[in-house]
Amino acid sequence: MLAAALLAFLPAPGAWSADAERGRALFKQCKRCHQTGGGAEHRIGPHLNDVFGRAAGSLGDFRYSPAMKAAGSGGLVWTEATLDAFLSGPRALVPRSRMSFAGIEKKGDRADLLAWLRGFAGARPGLPPAEPTAMPEEYGLDPRLLAIEGDPDYGAYLAGECTTCHRLDGTGEGIPSITGWPLDDFVIALQAYKRGKRAHPAMQLVAGRLSDEEIAALAAHFREAGNEP
Amino acid sequence: MMNRQDGSGGLSRRRFLASTVAASAALSAPAALGQGRPRVVVVGGGAGGATAARYIAKDSKGAVDVTLVEPSRAYYSCFFSNLYIGGFRDFASIGHSYGALAAKHGINVVHDWAVSVDRDKRSVGLAGGGSLSYDRLVLSPGIDFRAGSVPGWDLSQQNRMPHAYKAGSQTQLLKAQIEAMPEGGVYCMVAPPNPFRCPPGPYDRISMVAHVLKQTNPAAKILIVDPKAKFSKQGLFEDGWQRHYPGMIERIGPDFGGDRVEVRPAAMEVVVDGEVNKVDVCNVIPAQQAGRIAALADITNEAGWAPVAARTMQSRADENIHVLGDASQQGDMPKSGFSANSQAKVCAMAVRGALTGSKVYPARFSNTCWSLIGTDDGVKVGASYEATDEKIAKTAGFISRTGETAEVRKATYEESLGWYAAISGDIFG
Repeated sequence: MLAAALLAFLPAPGAWSADAERGRALFKQCKRCHQTGGGAEHRIGPHLNDVFGRAAGSLGDFRYSPAMKAAGSGGLVWTEATLDAFLSGPRALVPRSRMSFAGIEKKGDRADLLAWLRGFAGARPGLPPAEPTAMPEEYGLDPRLLAIEGDPDYGAYLAGECTTCHRLDGTGEGIPSITGWPLDDFVIALQAYKRGKRAHPAMQLVAGRLSDEEIAALAAHFREAGNEP
Repeated sequence: MMNRQDGSGGLSRRRFLASTVAASAALSAPAALGQGRPRVVVVGGGAGGATAARYIAKDSKGAVDVTLVEPSRAYYSCFFSNLYIGGFRDFASIGHSYGALAAKHGINVVHDWAVSVDRDKRSVGLAGGGSLSYDRLVLSPGIDFRAGSVPGWDLSQQNRMPHAYKAGSQTQLLKAQIEAMPEGGVYCMVAPPNPFRCPPGPYDRISMVAHVLKQTNPAAKILIVDPKAKFSKQGLFEDGWQRHYPGMIERIGPDFGGDRVEVRPAAMEVVVDGEVNKVDVCNVIPAQQAGRIAALADITNEAGWAPVAARTMQSRADENIHVLGDASQQGDMPKSGFSANSQAKVCAMAVRGALTGSKVYPARFSNTCWSLIGTDDGVKVGASYEATDEKIAKTAGFISRTGETAEVRKATYEESLGWYAAISGDIFG
């Protein structure tokens, strides 16, 4: 058990210089969508515990893009090499993946990040608990905003304003996919735009005139949207 | 519409009837509307009409019978047609089929021209001889040109001097003419007066023509003859033209006679304030008005546009007719595909509400227009709007700034690619 844990923390062959502590800091850019650690759950993206050795798109309880599922059934398995390729440009490796991330340019940064991710192999006691993907406090939001129950029918009408730019098919080139998000992440993102704490002029404009109830309604709608085959 | 209560404090006859209709509508949708399902006829299969048809059919789940009248079998979008001219998209990529509207949403797609509207009988006549009756009619016919707005030019000259303002063969023709220009030749655009359809934006097009010429014909010149003193995103375009195409583009505004222009297609001459210019390509974009069927329905004003009520996009002249997009005179929104798509969703909700009793929420509108100035140099302008009693009124907006980083401009361009994929699905999906 101890040996396994130690092994899990060992850097991959050929990556002896990788710095897992630096990787922990680099993971900040992944944290808005992914959790790792004890009790990690799927959020906007799947949890990243035990990712090494896993087939792409293979966690049954996460709603992957069809492209990611197809890549997995086509034989893509996450290894040091394939993860490195994916992180350098997600859509170069898996076109039409819904992961809205441009990629990490420097090989050293990718190696450090992967060294840190290797620390989350194997479920075992003592794993640091997963950090939340988004916290209301991060943007100075009242946590009660997350408790508002949204009206999905109203959300369906309001969503017409979103689907002119955001695709329902789960792809996200240029403009991120917003389907299937956990309610909290959706509400926090829109509330942050509404308050000018996330930067994007069009999103600030759209969110700026949405009431708290309307944001909750949209979150409820998009949680389920795009589910049709 | 009037909605008055009677003096006794009870319901007026009008309100009583209205609530009866709503109650029976909830039980069986078309009860108040005669036999069968309520019928909606949509004329024009562009960003406004196809979106309205799709949303009414999709959201009513078959309770409304939707017919879409559109002469073209394939739709080529005006938005991104300038990117095709610039070589950033191929022609097929701006083409869309009506297949999914029929197959997935059960819309009756009729490839024919609507040539008359009988407002009393509530029916639309088709060039093929048939007619379609409606409970609600949605007109989204886009634009037609105002005859005589550019002296010397009429539709018979559109192959010598293309407008490329309805995407398709005209766009292909203009691109071919630009590519065939002699070395050091002159491309001239006669720009339209306000208000005009945009996209395809005239200045966005200038950028794409310059991009092509810079690579293939760097000594060539671009001349813009413009009746307008200023135009949207002017500062951004002029900054970009300086950076990407220095010395290539000249614009003659109304202070130098840009509003006094005549063209001579046979001689390939453009006469500006009496001065004759020989040109090699002449892209004439005439003054515009609502697509002809709006005038045939007798719902247009002296300016040639169809005034509408902002909350529902209903014609001010006939509450059984809604007008969308370029053809409508609605207030502050630009005549873009994005606007038409936005208006169509408000209209679809209002039409469903009237015909099936479904819930009607407050209207909201938005628009963003992206332009590409050079490779990876994208800019945008956008706004949100609300419905007032008078018009669609702008509430807030944003615009790209000069001096943004290359990363920001590249991300803006990539965003426009994402938007194109999304709106295409939202219209035709």
